[in-house]
Amino acid sequence: METTATVSTTRRSGNLTSRLGDFGPTYGALFALVLLVVANAIFTPYFATLSNLWNVLQLVSATVLVAVGMTMVIATGGIDLSVGSIMAIASAAAAVSFGRGTAVAILFALLTACAVGAFNGALVSGFRIQPIIVTLATLITGRGAAQVISNGGQLIPFSNPGFEYLGKGYIGPVPVPVVIMLAVVAAGIFIMRATSFGRYVLAIGGNEAAARLAGVKVHRTKIAVYAFSGLLAGLAGLVETARLGASDAQKVGLYIELDAIAAVVVGGTALTGGRATIVGTLIGALIMQVITTSFNMGPFGLNPLPYSWGLVFKAAIILLAVYIQRPKLA
Amino acid sequence: MSQTVLRMQGITKVFNNVPALSGVDLELARGEVHALVGENGAGKSTLIKIMTGAYSRDAGTITLEGKHVDFRSPQDAQAVGVVAVYQEVNLLTFRTVAENIYLGREPRRWGLIDWKRMNADAAALLKSLGLEIDPRATLGSLNIALRQMVALARGVSFGAKVVVLDEPTSSLTEHEVNILYDVIRRLKEQGTAIVYISHRFDELYAVCDRVTILRDGKLVGTRELASLEKLDLVCLMLGKRREELRQGTTAFAKLELTPAGGAPLLRAENLTRGRRLNDVTVEVARGEIVGLAGLLGSGRTETARAIFGADPIDSGSVYLEGRPLGIGSVGRAIAAGVAFLTEDRKAEGIIPDLSVRENLTLAALPALTTLGVVSRSRQQAIVERFMGRLGIKAASADQKIRELSGGNQQKVLLARWLCRNPKFLIMDEPTRGIDIGAKGEIQALVNELAESGLGVLMISSELEELVEGSSRVVVMRDGNCVGELRGADISQRTIIQTMAEGSASDQKAATEG
Amino acid sequence: MGQVTTVDDVGSTRGRVARLKVASFIQRQGALVTLVLVCIFAAFRYERFLTEFNISNVLRQNSMLGLVALGMTFVILTGGIDLSVGSFVAVAGVIAALLANQGTVFAITAAIAFTSVLGLVNGLVIAKARIQPFIATLAMMIATRGLALVYTGEQSVRAETATGSFSWLGRGAIGFLPVPVLILIVAYIIAAVVLNRTRFGRHVYAVGDNEEAARLMGLNVNRVTIRVYTLSGALAGLAGVILASRLGTGQPVAGAGWELDAIAAVVVGGTLLTGGQGGVGPTLVGVLLLGVIFNLFNLEGTISPWWQLVLRGLILLVVVIIQNRLSARK
Repeated sequence: METTATVSTTRRSGNLTSRLGDFGPTYGALFALVLLVVANAIFTPYFATLSNLWNVLQLVSATVLVAVGMTMVIATGGIDLSVGSIMAIASAAAAVSFGRGTAVAILFALLTACAVGAFNGALVSGFRIQPIIVTLATLITGRGAAQVISNGGQLIPFSNPGFEYLGKGYIGPVPVPVVIMLAVVAAGIFIMRATSFGRYVLAIGGNEAAARLAGVKVHRTKIAVYAFSGLLAGLAGLVETARLGASDAQKVGLYIELDAIAAVVVGGTALTGGRATIVGTLIGALIMQVITTSFNMGPFGLNPLPYSWGLVFKAAIILLAVYIQRPKLA
Repeated sequence: MSQTVLRMQGITKVFNNVPALSGVDLELARGEVHALVGENGAGKSTLIKIMTGAYSRDAGTITLEGKHVDFRSPQDAQAVGVVAVYQEVNLLTFRTVAENIYLGREPRRWGLIDWKRMNADAAALLKSLGLEIDPRATLGSLNIALRQMVALARGVSFGAKVVVLDEPTSSLTEHEVNILYDVIRRLKEQGTAIVYISHRFDELYAVCDRVTILRDGKLVGTRELASLEKLDLVCLMLGKRREELRQGTTAFAKLELTPAGGAPLLRAENLTRGRRLNDVTVEVARGEIVGLAGLLGSGRTETARAIFGADPIDSGSVYLEGRPLGIGSVGRAIAAGVAFLTEDRKAEGIIPDLSVRENLTLAALPALTTLGVVSRSRQQAIVERFMGRLGIKAASADQKIRELSGGNQQKVLLARWLCRNPKFLIMDEPTRGIDIGAKGEIQALVNELAESGLGVLMISSELEELVEGSSRVVVMRDGNCVGELRGADISQRTIIQTMAEGSASDQKAATEG
Repeated sequence: MGQVTTVDDVGSTRGRVARLKVASFIQRQGALVTLVLVCIFAAFRYERFLTEFNISNVLRQNSMLGLVALGMTFVILTGGIDLSVGSFVAVAGVIAALLANQGTVFAITAAIAFTSVLGLVNGLVIAKARIQPFIATLAMMIATRGLALVYTGEQSVRAETATGSFSWLGRGAIGFLPVPVLILIVAYIIAAVVLNRTRFGRHVYAVGDNEEAARLMGLNVNRVTIRVYTLSGALAGLAGVILASRLGTGQPVAGAGWELDAIAAVVVGGTLLTGGQGGVGPTLVGVLLLGVIFNLFNLEGTISPWWQLVLRGLILLVVVIIQNRLSARK
């Protein structure tokens, strides 16, 4: 193989961040989050209360669950647009199987969600179809399937205190969804830092050819990563359903893939793969949620701003984050 | 005396404080086919890219037909008729031949593209080169040889005065090569100067008039091919004098020859893959270092990859310790104890954003993992042991591997394999692009490992390494094994000789059939 | 050496070329064949299918998506993607409705000009700032949606016109052809000419085929990129204006999900997401195919909306897999 004299193309993530090392964007995000929280705490009435804290955390929990899985998928260089529909599938699957016992229903829902994710992974890795198109098709099919399962997309209210505990219960002062969220985040951090699976995910995204030559089982890992994303989406769907007390196959998880991708990107994980920061994703999601909540409450003493203002702001943040991270050629 | 078409003088180019070219001269005459040769890193590519405007030069001048030129981009060069046709044909697969030829200059009538004229012009152009290619055919429907012809036709269509052909025949069959020769001869007749880059001596001697030799970014000289013997040419390329035998400069200590007898550790036989590998057979015994010699493109890396299972092969088989090692599966090779240190660290070796620790232990993770969790302590133990043993210099084990020097990166990659306790190690250019100190350390280490029983297949372009490190040297050329040298027969001279002229009839292929 | 032919073995190459031609034919015309078959099937099964009313309806309803998909085709041909078109539809409709009382022509022009500028911004961000199309247009999508909602206070805007000229665009007809359909046809014809007979069109294909090679061959890749995104913005704006004209109102929530529908239509039609291959004809077929299938669902009357989703997603998936197998052989 002819390797010619070097033309080095160094890829660095921006001047500022190269000084802070690889996690510059994440430090930046953390800084932004702290700034937002402090500013709101000072200027926005009722922001700095404990109940608001739990509120914010609770609202963001579903997104974070999904975003953790999305982080891993993106770390392998892929993407998963179907997470919202998988949430709906899990929600519907659980709602129609409560008759057989709560535990069975939950298990069934999670397994189904995981299977859909594995299906995504098999198509991406086995057929080598682009992740965006595969997960787009699953998004459409899944949303329909969820409504089929729930017999016509009707809202299925249920009364199942055991299950609803997932969404409405408290452990001490902490809402259960928040506990689940923190547990999943911890698990995600653990997986990425301490397991061989996490190493393989990063290796595949970093240099798939080298990973293959080093004996990494690329095909298997890719399927697993999408399956895991599906599983977490399923869990998020269950939490949301429990919170609502009803299964709404049409609405649950709608557009959540965008929120998740935004959280991942803002948090510092590169869309090109090879790097992943679960903590960053959490921070990114929190930034988005703080903005939304703050706008709802009337930021900095202004009148409550409509949700739409928040959208513009969020878009700006996404662009800013991506711009800072973009690769530079020497 | 033919006129000079292009003259490059004193060309210098530096990348990242490393000089790729220093004061190189090149002169092309009208209607001349001029060979440009040199080993890896000699600077051929850089010189060509400067000539055709893809790179800027740091010093020196270029004159075209007597006038100074300063190309800012390949388009500038194209516009005045200096074009290059590269090995990876950079054309558009899904567009037609005619479109590819005229992209950017499509003929128009009343503002709209005139397809009829474009196709007619293309047909005429192709005909003038002696090619019968349908201009309406999609480029992708043509085989690689014809695609190269189309690339050539595009270059010529600019009214080319200078055409550079970079490794034009590496994927061509003999028949196709002859087609190329015809085209070249026509261009010669039209007065076009051609720069021909290739490592295939037979071809150089068949079509070229003169040859310019580069080494390590410097000009060695320009000669008439008619009066230059192949052996001398190789010597010039590698910087050896015909009579000279340099003293050992590597850290290899001559190994005792392992007594013959007993089954070989690894035996790869009759490996064939298209044109790249032709019935290649290689054998390595325990504790033996076998060198694999050959010029660029001789098939050494392909052999290594075939043994390791990284590439599929058309036919042949590989045996490890007498047992068949399934071909085409990297996983199986690794599990059986084969290791492969690749040639290109950047493309196939390091995971750039991961740490030294992660890169080092990547292949060993299955052994370090219990229930999915990596044992930090065991991982740390391995990292410390090998960082110490190999002298890997890094700020810490957590530093990103891409920040390390080439030598240290290579050590990490070597450690990646060593910590798996392999039985057989393939090394492809193990000390390329590495400072002297690290080179010596790696060579000494490989020596040590061989002494304790590791079988090594070492591909290297550095003759000293081969001579001093190997107990046997297998020489390859153009995908074939053309000779094998043992013991006292191994010398730089004999290796070069075999590379240049060796054929089965000159040397006995000593591998047992 | 005498004159040589270009093939070693005429027979085998002819065979190879023939196989490629068949595969390419299926890839290009498969959707058309399917469309014809589906139409024939529908004509027999539903007597209402071939009525002027039904056909006119189907065409009119799909004409807006068709325009959006047309712009998307150009973008995808260069190997990119444009997620912001749905929001552009909304924003154009809103602007047109707001300005309708100041002159129909003025309102329409202003609206389309606005979305064209937004498209231009997309192109600039992608070409100059080198941000991936997915993320850049995602951010634009969110921001534009937000802007539309903000500006209208999340209310639909009624188009007030003294004459009925504004609604003519969406509801009028010339002879038996509804105006939107006429616009659709004209747009596709012009686009086909541009793609096949102008340098710009050929360069669009070139960039998608092999961007690096195109650059080395001297094309101004940035200029091509900027132009296709601007065009996509303009066409989405046109669609939005027509929609507003039909409804009589500009709705800030309009066009939601249209980007995915457009992508699906392009893909079903046969254009590959990787770029460099395909065309506007196939996209039109894709739009019509999906439109007719949707029409069938309605005529059947018994297919629930959710089953329709499932079928749509499955069709997309099957199409993509088939295309993948076909192009893998090349």
